[in-house]
Amino acid sequence: MRYMLLFHYSEASEESIGAEAIAAGMRAMASYAATLEQAGILVSGQVLQPSTSSTTLTLVDREPRIQDGPFADTKEQLGGVIVIDVPDLDAALEWARQAPPLSWGTVEVRPGAVHIEAGTWVASS
Amino acid sequence: MGCVIVTGETAAHVAERTARASYGRLVALLAAPTGDLELAEDTLAQAFEQALTTWPRDGVPDNPDGWLLTVARNRQRDLWKSAAHRRNQSLEAATDIGADAVQPLNDLDPDRIPDRRLALLFVCAHPAIAANVRTPLMLQAVLGFDSAQIARAFAAPAGAMSQRLVRAKRRIMDAKIPFVVPGRQAMPQRLPSVLEALYGCYALAFPERGEGASLAGEARYLAVTTARLLGDEPEAWALAALLTLASARATTPGDRYLPLQDQDPDEWDRHLIAEGEAYLRRAEPPGQAPGRFQLEAAIQAVHCDRARSGATDWNALCTLYTALVAIAPSLGSRVAHAAVIGRTRSPQTGLSLLEALPVERERFQPYHAARGDLLARLGRHQDAVAAYTQASTLSTDPAVRAFLERRAKELSR
Repeated sequence: MRYMLLFHYSEASEESIGAEAIAAGMRAMASYAATLEQAGILVSGQVLQPSTSSTTLTLVDREPRIQDGPFADTKEQLGGVIVIDVPDLDAALEWARQAPPLSWGTVEVRPGAVHIEAGTWVASS
Repeated sequence: MGCVIVTGETAAHVAERTARASYGRLVALLAAPTGDLELAEDTLAQAFEQALTTWPRDGVPDNPDGWLLTVARNRQRDLWKSAAHRRNQSLEAATDIGADAVQPLNDLDPDRIPDRRLALLFVCAHPAIAANVRTPLMLQAVLGFDSAQIARAFAAPAGAMSQRLVRAKRRIMDAKIPFVVPGRQAMPQRLPSVLEALYGCYALAFPERGEGASLAGEARYLAVTTARLLGDEPEAWALAALLTLASARATTPGDRYLPLQDQDPDEWDRHLIAEGEAYLRRAEPPGQAPGRFQLEAAIQAVHCDRARSGATDWNALCTLYTALVAIAPSLGSRVAHAAVIGRTRSPQTGLSLLEALPVERERFQPYHAARGDLLARLGRHQDAVAAYTQASTLSTDPAVRAFLERRAKELSR
């Protein structure tokens, strides 16, 4: 079963929390990725640039309207995701518990429905 | 092997008894492989339905559990195979397949059917399941209550309760909550919600009496099984002790209700008292403060001790309730605490404790009953009658209601 771990947190910069804190966060994420890889459960991962660099498309009068900024302008933003393949929710929760972003935000665990393999959608369970 | 030919009435009785005793065990077995509780419940209900038509005709099988399990499993398999599952079509066709496959299981030893109920309990009380749906889920999936009965017990609209249960079951399957008993490391985090929900089952099933008495017995059995499996978890043993001691004083169905103090200890079950006391001794955490269930079980033990000593140790009750309201200040424990203080100190002190309770007290039957008792002790009979009348209006148990009305009548003379 595939689960996506979604990391939501208020975005920090070197200016707001300091270079050392940013570096420590990156080290923790590097070690987390290595641990997931070692366990043989890592499917993919993506950490995002700040939501200020995001661009959003919405259909207005059947024409895509392009706007700057994220989908929802909230204090906490989606900052990254990791997809893991584990037997059940308990296993996914255990890995979520070890995710470094838990120290600076919220980790959401969401089961996958379908994913693409060789250009085809297949069931994630 | 072979079947015992019995009358239709007896066969129906066996089916009903099997439903009571084995429901949760069969649901757990049927749901564990896929996590589909809804399908497990549906196919089991169909198996019971089939039993009611075939058992009176062909006889009750030697192994009713195995028969039901096989019929339900065949139906599951049939549904998985056919597209009818998605289109919600009639399942009549599956019946014959089910009946054919049943025979070999007549030889199956019922004791060798594994018990997955404990795993099912941990699923129902999983942290990913909303706290307010855990006890309802246990009542339905493990003890076989229907959602309308559960809604009544929780004073919730039937539609809303049914929807809550369906959503929780879908969530178990979609998020793939595993049917496993957590390992020792995860146990301390996972156990309290299971004990809490189990206690909820017992507390709800108990006042129903008659049928309810056997369901309370099931909840007690599950609590004892949980404690045994965990081995050295004090609060699990404490819950087992609490439910066993409370069961020792359970009245026979149909009997009139008597409050604890008016009960004759000779009618209490000595074996259950001894059993409960033995569990309580295992519930003492070395070098730790007593837990909530340990205190509640100790309170029950004090009451049960009247069977030996002939008198109730009110000072011990006072100490225990004071400790209980300090760590678990629920409406129930605070009302009981006030009632005990009302006896050991003065009715007036008890009344002022009752008056300090939050407004939810108004909908809480024990609050009005305790108040009626303390007012009567103060000689304020008119107020006491009003309190007892209010209590009886709020009571759902006819025997309790009759008692409260009797008290009101005695006082208005």
